[in-house]
Amino acid sequence: MRSFAKFRTHYNYAFIDESTKREIRRKLLKAVCIPGYQVPYSSPELPIARGWGTGGLHVTLSIIGRSDTFKIIDQGSDASVNACNLRDFVQNATKCETTFDTDAATLIQTRHRVPEERVDARHIVVFQVPQPEILRRIERYENRTRDMHAEADYARMWVTLYESYVRFGDMMQGAGYPVRVNGRYLMTPSPIPRWDVPRLSMSEALFLFGAGREKRLFAVPPHTLVEPLEFEDVKFHVENFDGVTCAASDTDNAFMDEIYVNESGGSKFVINDSNFLDKVLEGQRPPQTEHAYWQGGKDHE
Amino acid sequence: MGYFAVKGGVDAIANAAELVEYYRLRERTTPVEIAQIRAQFGLALDKIMGEGSLYAPEHAAIAFKQVEGDVLEAAFIMRAYRATLERRYYSTAIDVRNMFVLRRISSTFKDIPGGQVLGSTRDYTQRLLDPEIIDETSERIEDYLRDFDRKVDPQKLRRVVRFGRVSDLLKEEGLLVGRDDEDRRLVDVTREAVKFPAPRSAALQMLARAETGGLMALGYAGMRGHGASHGTIGELRVGRVDVRISDPRGRTRYIGRVRVTECEMVDKISGSRKKGSAPRMSIGYGLCFGHNETKAIAMGLLDTAMRNDSEQTLTQEFVLYHTEGVESMGFINHLKLPHYVTFQASLNNLRGAIDRLEGTREKTGFSGLVPVRVDS
Repeated sequence: MRSFAKFRTHYNYAFIDESTKREIRRKLLKAVCIPGYQVPYSSPELPIARGWGTGGLHVTLSIIGRSDTFKIIDQGSDASVNACNLRDFVQNATKCETTFDTDAATLIQTRHRVPEERVDARHIVVFQVPQPEILRRIERYENRTRDMHAEADYARMWVTLYESYVRFGDMMQGAGYPVRVNGRYLMTPSPIPRWDVPRLSMSEALFLFGAGREKRLFAVPPHTLVEPLEFEDVKFHVENFDGVTCAASDTDNAFMDEIYVNESGGSKFVINDSNFLDKVLEGQRPPQTEHAYWQGGKDHE
Repeated sequence: MGYFAVKGGVDAIANAAELVEYYRLRERTTPVEIAQIRAQFGLALDKIMGEGSLYAPEHAAIAFKQVEGDVLEAAFIMRAYRATLERRYYSTAIDVRNMFVLRRISSTFKDIPGGQVLGSTRDYTQRLLDPEIIDETSERIEDYLRDFDRKVDPQKLRRVVRFGRVSDLLKEEGLLVGRDDEDRRLVDVTREAVKFPAPRSAALQMLARAETGGLMALGYAGMRGHGASHGTIGELRVGRVDVRISDPRGRTRYIGRVRVTECEMVDKISGSRKKGSAPRMSIGYGLCFGHNETKAIAMGLLDTAMRNDSEQTLTQEFVLYHTEGVESMGFINHLKLPHYVTFQASLNNLRGAIDRLEGTREKTGFSGLVPVRVDS
């Protein structure tokens, strides 16, 4: 085409324009100041589809600097195709260093896992969030859920958990278990398994959450209390992998993927976090976050 | 041996993209030119520009070609491209009264001041497959155009006029009233997240960016009794309008023209709750880029539905969130992403519940994944 030059676009560093990045950083500061509170933000369009990690990308692209080392995982894996595509996009847009190594990363974007290896003050963990509103499944309208948060009116959530216990003998929420942050706001931890929920509490790392399609940001700052909802007599528990060992590494005490080996239904378990598994296979055992809930898989009944 | 962690994702996605390009090109047909797409696929480009929220026909044509004609995917590309452009100006309010009208109809009255202008429409054609178009050649196009010109008598052409608005007639008679009970702040939905209840400006902007099919489905549901009423087309216009901006010195500058479709749906609204207050009519408004009548009419229907607070079905949140095509498409398709961690978490709970409640679950695979209670 004659006027081809007209269609050539020079993209800004980290794709998003500076004034919008500044806006997102301001909203992130607000989110950090009010732990667990959902801050509406502009959520500009990206060349990545909504629901594929745009919220996480907004956070990553707004805070990433030239000295950052970037890691991205999808359901625990560095090599998942969407993680590869997003890593490629961030790398192209920023020319940053990328890594699979959890410990070496400064900025870790994740979909639905907290890394198995312990993260600390050197790390910022950015979560991709599909639905930022923990109350959405009990109240469909935004203007009402905002009121409920403002008044800390969480009675219906408690009733829902109670009903679940009465009907099924347990709180049935698997991924995305409701948590209370800093004794105030109810928050979704994003659809991480229960296994990872205690890792959010009193961590040294900063946890930032971006929900692009729903245009909300929220945060759990370091050293902030994050409590899964539980009753005095019925407690939260993580997934029980007691007696399960990883078929690849012959170790345990990590979140496991269940893999069906053959058509007759036989299955085995493999450590989900790909970088953690790699390190275990190399003979290391990276530190994990210690927590009271961690080993408590024994039935007290 | 099953696989453990999937490696090689980078190669896989590169190959997948390669295959897309291969399928587009493998038949070795004559490349379609951008100028051809602009001229011959105008209605598709109108949808791409409307849903992509950027009036740029050439860019829309490139996107259309790039994605093998998938209008929604092309609109998505336009949105992403648009997000890289700096917002330097806002246009002044567009004067639709000065529209260069290409088509204008009303179904409220048989005749309207200025007359009905049918313009170009497929409404009254039989939708039959036309095999003639297979043999279309440049010569035949020339012949057709020559014939067409011959049919037009320059002496009989009407002067370009401004058309009054049908709604003005109803207003003068006091039948149609404006609404003074609304949030009329001007917001920009591309710069800040919408909050509910949303001001009317936000609602209309979101409708203008919404996906035609989504609007049509909800508008239709409303007419069939799910939350809105039937409405009547007060006026439907297609035409070109001038776009102006005011520069930093406050001078108004003409920057170009856009083709738009505008619809005013007339509908009855109940008066205030006060006893004895009579019902009136009000306008449900739709305005979108390009020639897209289905969209403009559905917008008008839904605008009215959202403003009638007695209706609890087609509320702002329900309509505006779920007709946003680029977002809906993204989220529907994200289901293709792996969900094995989340699925494992729910599997764990489900197995536990079955064991507790029935105690007879047939054991397959590992049976020890039973949620247990823990006292801290």
